[in-house]
Amino acid sequence: MAKVDYEKLKNIATEIRKGIIKSINAAGSGHPGGSLSAADILTVLYFYKMKVDPKNPKMEDRDRFVLSKGHAAPVLYATLAEKGFFSKEELLKLRHMGSMLQGHPDMKKVPGIEISTGSLGQGFSCSIGMALAAKLDKKDNRIYALLGDGEVQEGLVWEAAMAAGHYKLDNLTAILDYNGMQIDGKNDEVMTINPIKEKWESFGWYVIEIDGHNFEEIIKAFDKAETIKDKPTMIIAKTIKGKGVSFMENQVGWHGTAPKDEEAEKALKELGGC
Amino acid sequence: MSEKIATREAYGKALVDLGKVNEKVVVLDADLSKSTKTATFKKEFPNRFFNMGIAEQNLMGTAAGFATCGKISFASTFAMFASGRAFEIIRNSICYSNLNVKVCATHAGITVGEDGASHQALEDLAIMRAIPNMVVLNPADAVSAKKAVFAMAEYDGPVYSRFGRAAVPVIYDEDMEFEIGKGIEVKEGKDVTIIATGIMVAEALEARELLLKEGIKARVIDIHTIKPIDEEIIIKAAKETGAIVTAEEHNIIGGLGSAVAEVLTENKPVPMKRIGTKDTFGESGKPNELMEKYGLTAAHIAEAVKEVINKK
Repeated sequence: MAKVDYEKLKNIATEIRKGIIKSINAAGSGHPGGSLSAADILTVLYFYKMKVDPKNPKMEDRDRFVLSKGHAAPVLYATLAEKGFFSKEELLKLRHMGSMLQGHPDMKKVPGIEISTGSLGQGFSCSIGMALAAKLDKKDNRIYALLGDGEVQEGLVWEAAMAAGHYKLDNLTAILDYNGMQIDGKNDEVMTINPIKEKWESFGWYVIEIDGHNFEEIIKAFDKAETIKDKPTMIIAKTIKGKGVSFMENQVGWHGTAPKDEEAEKALKELGGC
Repeated sequence: MSEKIATREAYGKALVDLGKVNEKVVVLDADLSKSTKTATFKKEFPNRFFNMGIAEQNLMGTAAGFATCGKISFASTFAMFASGRAFEIIRNSICYSNLNVKVCATHAGITVGEDGASHQALEDLAIMRAIPNMVVLNPADAVSAKKAVFAMAEYDGPVYSRFGRAAVPVIYDEDMEFEIGKGIEVKEGKDVTIIATGIMVAEALEARELLLKEGIKARVIDIHTIKPIDEEIIIKAAKETGAIVTAEEHNIIGGLGSAVAEVLTENKPVPMKRIGTKDTFGESGKPNELMEKYGLTAAHIAEAVKEVINKK
């Protein structure tokens, strides 16, 4: 493996964060908190780990990413644009009438999106089918699914987790964007999800815990997941909601609130300007 | 009409035949494979059969995931759990993305019998009909059920098909043609038209015999595709016979009767009456006892026919 250019990854993640702020500001609504928290994870997936081709989004045997927490669409859109799946100008049309960038990801409209998501738990469930299909066809591509921590309160998540363990889906890696907050407050106050590591382990998963903003740890976790046999891997990534924008960090209120112009300007300045 | 076979039996057999000629077919079930009859496919093609356990939401989500990888997913469970518990997954994961998933729901309707109201799906056709992109099928007998399976596989997109638990008369010959969206005029008639779906087609044919004794000649149409519905055959029947009775093993709200009424009111309003359960839950009992109690027999249809003819 070539030496990792951490500086480059950091710059890409910053660009993605800027895309998130700009697009949600232009939309006037959307979910910045959980988009910013996942930016470093998506950066590693799309710019280090996954086998995808923006010029050929339907490439046979590509790796597949599923954004199960579909409300974090802005981070996926900004990442796909950064990778070259479509023009960055599209980001400013987020949530606008006629735009391909819907409020939640639509696979029929956006190149690079593998499954439409938005209703929690559903994308993850679909990733089970993708992983089973890859096994059935004896393909060695990998499936990645990103879940929110609030999302795991959905029963469907555990139906899917059980199936993944049962079918020993070692080609499936899930990532839990564990920023500790959901719409109504902290997870612990709304509905406790802990002990989360033990839950996944008891469902037959290999679990790795990392700092979701540390590129070295993220990369190591994804590399490790590829070596695990007969078990799916869950990477519990401790993250900061709103990461990268000081006034959004760890603020429940920024789960689903769009920054106004002056707030967006301030955020972009913090991220190093436009 | 002597031989009786449950449409679920035909479904299970057809899956095996389909699996032999189409390698893309995968079958998923939710711990009911012996009842839904997908066990026959499992036996023949174990590597293409996936038991998802008692988890209907994940059954549908997984089927959607398979479809994104070029598979034709047949996802089976009882109609109640498919259309009820898994509704939102079917809507958002399957239909919204127009994925190639066939939701094959058995044990529909009141003829589930002894298991009672909790297991008697009487609203599935209405629920599934309301989802954009969803095609809704309800084959009448074993022959059309088999043909429906092959038609579903040919069709690229989501399909819901309903199959019954109880044995029902075989009404078609092996060479019948099953085309999605095309109704079938099973018997001709000029006085009135009985438009039926699923197992009620057999009842409609029996009703026709009863009516013939009184000199009434009823046309009988099998609407095996509730959506998209064959408007042409319905409008033609309204124009030529002037009165319509619909018959379905389903709540009179939202199913075949509603669909036919929508077509008629917008095109050719004629006197009409709907046979179906009257917005009520069922109960435990033998299928024939329940059919009688809830007003779904040939005699009930014949009675309704006489009412609409008087309104002509």
